[in-house]
Amino acid sequence: MTNSNSKLRAFSTPLLWSLSLGLIVLVAEFSGDRGFSISTTEMLIRLIAVVGIYTFIGNSGIVSFGHVGFMCLGAYAAAWAGCDPEWKEIMLTDLPEILRSHSYDLWVSLTFATILSAAVAMLLGLGLMRLSGIAATIATFGFLMILNSVFANWDALTAGTSSIIGIPTSVTVGKVWLAAVVVIAGAWWFQNSRTGVLLQATRESEPAAQSIGIELTRVRLAGFVLSAAICGFAGALYAHFTGFLSPDSMYLDTTFILLAMLVIGGMQSLSGAILGAILVSWLIELLHLGEAGFSIGANAIRLPAGSQQLALAFVLGAILLIRPHGLMGRKEWTISLKNRRREAQLPSKEVSLNI
Amino acid sequence: MNIGQTILDAASLGSLYALVALGLGLLIGVLRLINLAHGDFITVGAYSLIVPSVDATSFMLYQGWHWSAVVLMVCVVVIVLALVVDHGLFKPLRQANVGTLMIASFALSYFLQNAVMMIYGARPKGIDLWSSLGQGIEFFGIRVSLLQVTTISVTGLLLVLVGGLLKFTPIGIQMRAAASDFRMARMLGVRGNRVIGAAFALSAILAAIVSVLFVAQTGALSPTMGVPLALFGFIATVVGGLGSLTGAVVGGFLIGVVMTLFQSFLPDELRNFREAFTFTLIVAVLMFRPKGLFPSKTLIDRV
Repeated sequence: MTNSNSKLRAFSTPLLWSLSLGLIVLVAEFSGDRGFSISTTEMLIRLIAVVGIYTFIGNSGIVSFGHVGFMCLGAYAAAWAGCDPEWKEIMLTDLPEILRSHSYDLWVSLTFATILSAAVAMLLGLGLMRLSGIAATIATFGFLMILNSVFANWDALTAGTSSIIGIPTSVTVGKVWLAAVVVIAGAWWFQNSRTGVLLQATRESEPAAQSIGIELTRVRLAGFVLSAAICGFAGALYAHFTGFLSPDSMYLDTTFILLAMLVIGGMQSLSGAILGAILVSWLIELLHLGEAGFSIGANAIRLPAGSQQLALAFVLGAILLIRPHGLMGRKEWTISLKNRRREAQLPSKEVSLNI
Repeated sequence: MNIGQTILDAASLGSLYALVALGLGLLIGVLRLINLAHGDFITVGAYSLIVPSVDATSFMLYQGWHWSAVVLMVCVVVIVLALVVDHGLFKPLRQANVGTLMIASFALSYFLQNAVMMIYGARPKGIDLWSSLGQGIEFFGIRVSLLQVTTISVTGLLLVLVGGLLKFTPIGIQMRAAASDFRMARMLGVRGNRVIGAAFALSAILAAIVSVLFVAQTGALSPTMGVPLALFGFIATVVGGLGSLTGAVVGGFLIGVVMTLFQSFLPDELRNFREAFTFTLIVAVLMFRPKGLFPSKTLIDRV
């Protein structure tokens, strides 16, 4: 990275995406359509979560179904920090005093959520990252289900299935865009960092990586903790966006949508994660409109409820059959055309999951 | 607390997990497929017992039929589903890696759940399947229900049958050959798609039996009812050692034992968290034995 062209190239991917997302936000804001603005905010939050999941899956090649668990944890952390103390004194009696009797502002809440998710990921990862790829995947799925069942049953900490309401909705589309820019830059930094490259080496071949002295557990743990932290952060943003939280609002449905975004975009490139998040969000929005009903000429057309989920599952299946590596494959969106062409010619290797 | 009672409860719960784990283990062995839709096969099997409608009440589809005919119908439904899915989704993905297969099965799982929800409604439903089997008999101070006995003996019978099938029949031997080295087996004349089809059918039969036993036990249906069963089935395969069928069965029984022990000995206010305790214990065990109790040699990555 000596000349300015390669320096530009090195930073062009996060730069290009940040500017494009900024453009989408501006269009949404100036369209004056409140629904468009809200759905753009939601899209950006999902995008942050997908980038978080990508940071682990993309670099390590280990599929994780558990990252929505960290989102859920982050969202509850935000609720614990942000809600009205009087309400917390009545409903969340198992909450520690320092959280229960105070109400903190957005920045404290986001930081708390991020750190809590990272800490839990650290503890969990110490066990899970020692497992083989498939076993680790199954265990992450277990984590998601167990977290859900604990949160649904521990009424004095989470208000259970009766939901938490009244989380301050202090998140604006501008703040979420800024958060997305920071997270994209962070993910880009990690995948080009020493640890990130070592982690990608374990993805290509576990025995080969070990034979050159890469500590498998350590590099995987690093990726796991960082990605969990990003997901916790996204969850907290989501809580402060909707103001409402129940254990099932971040469970299997969310897991499916976020993984669909990642796979459709391409789970081996940051650009793929981002592109998938944008396209699938728009697709979901379109199907929602279809379920609500619209009219073409004199005919009112209305899709039956539930067709959004079926259509999404269908699209994901189709992408897996037609383009198993997703829309972007291994390519990143960069400025320098010459380099991009050279990259495109590299044989697209499979993410080999190590058993 | 009676020790005999705990053992009986553990064996009956563990039986279900063992059957699920065996169904999963077959596909992991032959196809390297972590079939996340296995739980939804169980759900579909259970829902095939009732008349499709979104009403709150449910009506048995096979009212007054002999039990063997009911079981046969459920098996047929799930086998057809499994074969269709294999043909339409997994066959084009034969060359794909483990992760792609897993995500495809996750998409399938989501699809099936939502399809069930669309046809039958999202609300849980009650169903009365052979409720007379649930009656208990006192037996040396142990409450034995006919259903528990049925569950344990059906499981025992199925394990023997599947074991015999794998050991002595041509298709079973081909299946084991394919599980240890799929490419080599094909070169030696094993027909890959037939073996995979057989594995899917066998896995489907196991799922169908689980759904009948589970519905008879709980009397309840919901679109996500199979998910926790499949999850603990998966965890059983990991505990037992991925790729080992014996390991999967042992792992299933072990999880039943641990779960029953937590159910019996945890204080009341913590009983809701017994699954969390079970999971934590398993993660702790796996820290010391990351390859499971019966490490399989065939699934190790070689250079």
